[in-house]
Amino acid sequence: MALDVGGKSIETDEEGYLVNRDDWTDDVAKAIAVAEGLDMSENHWEVVNFLREYYEEYQIAPAVRVLTKAIGKKLGKDKGNSKYLYELFPYGPAKQACKIAGLPKPTGCV
Amino acid sequence: MSETKKFLYVNRKAPYGTIYALESLEVVLIGAAFEQDVALAFIDDGVYQLTQGQDTTGIGVKNFSPTYKALGDFDVNKIYIEKESLEARGLTLDDLMPLKYEDEDDDWAEKDSIHVVSSEELSEIMDQSDVVLSF
Repeated sequence: MALDVGGKSIETDEEGYLVNRDDWTDDVAKAIAVAEGLDMSENHWEVVNFLREYYEEYQIAPAVRVLTKAIGKKLGKDKGNSKYLYELFPYGPAKQACKIAGLPKPTGCV
Repeated sequence: MSETKKFLYVNRKAPYGTIYALESLEVVLIGAAFEQDVALAFIDDGVYQLTQGQDTTGIGVKNFSPTYKALGDFDVNKIYIEKESLEARGLTLDDLMPLKYEDEDDDWAEKDSIHVVSSEELSEIMDQSDVVLSF
């Protein structure tokens, strides 16, 4: 599969995850979000940017439980709960937000 | 909700050259995501998995050692290193990555996850585990 971003073809796997992590840009993220039926708000970006930083540091995407806890710590208790995160990413915060962040599917995610 | 079991993952091999270390780490993360009681033991060449300053550029594989630092986030905070294995390789605790976790029940105080234990203590830990998986 491929994603068309500003006339450039970006390769994705059959589930829509980026094949090359280096292809990621803000515009690529927006295009993936559109394909997922999401409109990227500031709150979405907060989570996506958090995931990218986490991956950079630990070389893995966090599991939902870990993400929830870490977001709560970093962005405040009102955001560190699964209700808030599922409202932003209805198909699962780890799965969908990782896809938009250009990261591989989280370990343990089926 | 099913009963929580005590899992002990025993790591005996060097981090690179075989797939064991990485596979073990992935299984550990998956197990922890299912909220099992997880502990890790590092013995023999397995102690090299936690050494600081790993650099894999020369061998063309991913350096996954930063991922061990995420274990605390996954509530994996019982990491046992066999004292005899460290000493036999001329290593000390200072050669290993400082792995920490935040204790939820103690106002998020940062604590060490790594415990250096003797061979004898480790066999006791194995004895008390419900499931022992060897990598």
